[in-house]
Amino acid sequence: MNKIYPNAKAALDGVLFDGMFIASGGFGLCGIPELLLQAIKEAGTKELTFASNNAGIDDFGIGILLQTKQVKKMISSYVGENAEFMRQYLSGELELEFNPQGTLAERMRAGGSGIPGFYTKTGVGTLIAEGKEHKDFDGQTYILERGLVADLAIVKAWKADDTGNVVFRKTSRNFNPPAAMCGKICVVEVEEIVPRGSLEPDSIHLPGIYVHRIIEGKHENRIEHRTTRKREEV
Amino acid sequence: MTNESKGWDRNQMAARAAEELEDGMYVNLGIGIPTLVANYVGDKDITLQSENGMLGMGPFPFEGDEDPDLINAGKQTITELSRTSYFDSAMSFGMIRGGKIAAAILGAMEVAENGDLANWMIPGKLVKGMGGAMDLVAGVGRVVVVMDHTNKHGESKVLKACTLPLTGKNVVHRIITNLGVLDVVEGGLKIVETADGVTETELRAATEATIV
Repeated sequence: MNKIYPNAKAALDGVLFDGMFIASGGFGLCGIPELLLQAIKEAGTKELTFASNNAGIDDFGIGILLQTKQVKKMISSYVGENAEFMRQYLSGELELEFNPQGTLAERMRAGGSGIPGFYTKTGVGTLIAEGKEHKDFDGQTYILERGLVADLAIVKAWKADDTGNVVFRKTSRNFNPPAAMCGKICVVEVEEIVPRGSLEPDSIHLPGIYVHRIIEGKHENRIEHRTTRKREEV
Repeated sequence: MTNESKGWDRNQMAARAAEELEDGMYVNLGIGIPTLVANYVGDKDITLQSENGMLGMGPFPFEGDEDPDLINAGKQTITELSRTSYFDSAMSFGMIRGGKIAAAILGAMEVAENGDLANWMIPGKLVKGMGGAMDLVAGVGRVVVVMDHTNKHGESKVLKACTLPLTGKNVVHRIITNLGVLDVVEGGLKIVETADGVTETELRAATEATIV
């Protein structure tokens, strides 16, 4: 079965529909599926719900889909750095569900693992716990959080082979594996497609069973906050 | 002299917070003054966690060596060390929620005498989100707050009860401010020490919370 597609548009052909739920990898601008987001913008798919830790910035990441008003709802842990997001949210055009970062990651992992819900201490006694089932285990109180299953997962990785085995690079792994796991269909964009057998089987970060379509492309990999030290300091 | 300029400065608070860390600990440092704690760990064998998926966080890169795939939870470019490991966000918060991280040192807007912490939201103001703060305070072994003792109006940030929406309930173990160190104990807060040049009377006067 061929998983390799010529470009992002082709890889998303037949999987996009208005009102769909998309899980996206990435943390800030690191490890975001920038080519697939651009293709979703060009496809014009509307009323999207995104589970994504962040919402990008005004002109990069999910931010580009906010500019075109294609997003109905965000499920995120942190949405600073995005003026258009705040404008739409404050004017009521955009729905926002805050999830603690670890709860969001676990909701994706659980949903992709056939676990419809899990109990966590995170958020007990806060606004996040309101309306959620509380249950005591061994003298501690936990709240029930639901697993997420997305219509589509979009993921950025470093390398993939043609069977969909994937490796990530450094901290760009972040939400990408859990997002991939929770998608009914998972499309991965990589910097390089490598021949079968060239990835070390013991070092695969995401096995090909989770990956349905792959594209290779050139990535901008933008830096959000460039921080450095001077060589003289050492 | 205002309370903000009294006692320890930011670096002295960070240095005092670094004394909380012991050899072999895995630690998560928050944004702001807590980030400075890394400068004061000395010879102690401390592994810093960055909750976006890294253990063994190194310093900022040299100019020209920035790598867009290597950032900390504040989205700043950083470097790796010989001990570094990478993992995904689910495993990262698995180790946080699972109590594997020995301590978190975090900033705060308010702390209450029962250990309640508020550091993510001011109603009516722009809310950016809690990020990983709720997971950290609920999961790590020990939560140390580092903050100014009073706000810019001179009002105590160490309260009988938080007024802002909580990040966690009964989660703080120790509070380090410019005026001194306080522990959350049964019935209120206990003074551990006062900062240089600060008397116990001054610390008590600047604290709304019950001191036992």
